[in-house]
Amino acid sequence: MEKIIEIRHLKKFFGENEVLTDINFSVSKGEVVCIIGSSGSGKSTLLRCLNLLEMPTSGDILFRGENILEHNMTNSVYRAKLGMVFQQFNLFNNLTVIDNCVVGQVKVLKRDRDSAKKKAMEYLELVGMSQFINAKPHQISGGQKQRVAIARALSMEPEALLFDEPTSALDPEMVGEVLKVMKHLAKSGLTMLVVTHEMSFARDVANRVVFMDSGVIVEDNTPEVIFNNPSNERTRIFLKRILDN
Amino acid sequence: MAVDATSPFFDWVFYILQNYWPLFLRGATVTLIISLTGTIVGFALGILIGVVRTIPVDQNSHFIKKLGLKVVNFLLLCYIEIFRGTPMMVQAMVIFYGAAMVYNIHLSPLYAGIFIVSINTGAYMAEIVRGGIISIDKGQFEAAHSIGMTHAQTMLNIVLPQAIRNILPALSNEFVINIKDTSVLNVISVTELFFMSKSAAGNNFRYFEVFLVTCVIYFIMTFTVTRILRYFEVRLEGPSAYTIHGSQTVPEAEIKIMGREKK
Ligand SMILES: Nc1ncnc2c1ncn2[C@@H]1O[C@H](COP(=O)(O)OP(=O)(O)O)[C@@H](O)[C@H]1O
Ligand SMILES: [Mg+2]
Repeated sequence: MEKIIEIRHLKKFFGENEVLTDINFSVSKGEVVCIIGSSGSGKSTLLRCLNLLEMPTSGDILFRGENILEHNMTNSVYRAKLGMVFQQFNLFNNLTVIDNCVVGQVKVLKRDRDSAKKKAMEYLELVGMSQFINAKPHQISGGQKQRVAIARALSMEPEALLFDEPTSALDPEMVGEVLKVMKHLAKSGLTMLVVTHEMSFARDVANRVVFMDSGVIVEDNTPEVIFNNPSNERTRIFLKRILDN
Repeated sequence: MAVDATSPFFDWVFYILQNYWPLFLRGATVTLIISLTGTIVGFALGILIGVVRTIPVDQNSHFIKKLGLKVVNFLLLCYIEIFRGTPMMVQAMVIFYGAAMVYNIHLSPLYAGIFIVSINTGAYMAEIVRGGIISIDKGQFEAAHSIGMTHAQTMLNIVLPQAIRNILPALSNEFVINIKDTSVLNVISVTELFFMSKSAAGNNFRYFEVFLVTCVIYFIMTFTVTRILRYFEVRLEGPSAYTIHGSQTVPEAEIKIMGREKK
């Protein structure tokens, strides 16, 4: 299958601290890949390196076979092709729900305002937020914010969507509504890379599960293998600890 | 009404008001014109400088960009430090007489006054704007970058609108300070309220009575302006609450934004 993103020998240092050690990994079109691992293992850093919010120290990132770090593409053109959903939502506080989904289309993709609005409405409907288009971010709940953030990312019609613990900052009763949207997206064939602690989501939705520990990918396999028959002791210990809670 | 040196206090106040009100009015108008224009121009200057001073450089930036920014930032810092570190009265003398002597530019006192208040306000506002930009959550930049917006687009569409709203209280504070501080411009014969009062007082040798009236006029101006601006600030206030420690001496402490996003 066609690879959308491929990472080769990716390393990331923060000062002396080696946070990612020789990461090799790829995501194909239509795949849903979940990244699991304990906190501090480098999951966010990996995601942030992928869309260049952090600059990798060394290694290659190939987007559809093209090496991103060789500057053929400017950062912003490349980033627009990968959506990102953050743990803290990060909706633009000065803009209404609909303008959150319009501003990128107009400024980056140079769409005209009307078609951008139409596109935004389409995706706000998809995430069930079309009644709130004129609300400001501070007027809606966490779960609603995250759904708008997903619609904002989708409005750019990216090739793949990266999620960094999208439900970790939510009150428990709001986790479901966001996961439901994400399941729907997965079914519709969107390419997704999801850092999550929601093991049931990983088990039920993912095509592949990647377990990270101390900056390395320890295991990369189907959910069946990872959850039922992991080959590495560290994976086993992590899952036991998580599933026992 | 006739008054002489032995007339009672209130007779003198009345006499002064009656005979010099056009003078006070003209002085107050000039004071307001200079401080308002100076505040607006200074604010624009402050935004420009604040934006330039927060342009990020990383290891991938071109070295000419890095060097250029270093030089520009150094010059801006000199400007900020010098204008914040010297009295406006002295700045007025140096600029007014310096322009005449060194460049042979003879500024009208009014324009010189507006110029001086503008660049003085700019020096203070530059740091306030920079603080306002820095205090915006990093997540706002990251979200904008993640949908492909450039730094300039992010600044213009996302960060500045939020930063400016947060620093409005500091801006009105600066306006009030300027209303009071334009009085120092009398040293270059700007016909603002203090200068006018001095001539009215000198004509009659009644300093106490005249300056009491002047005092009241200044207070009415600052009080009214404060109330009007406060009204607009409250209407603009969203989820955040502000604490303002408005002081030109510690501009770093000027804005403290509380109760931001509920986490
Ligand atoms: N900007 C940064 N500067 C320095 N160290 C960082 C930075 N971001 C993350 N780290 C460090 O990198 C390691 C991995 O962090 P992170 O990728 O956030 O882990 P995870 O998302 O798996 O919890 C941690 O030890 C963290 O302290
Ligand atoms: Mg993380």
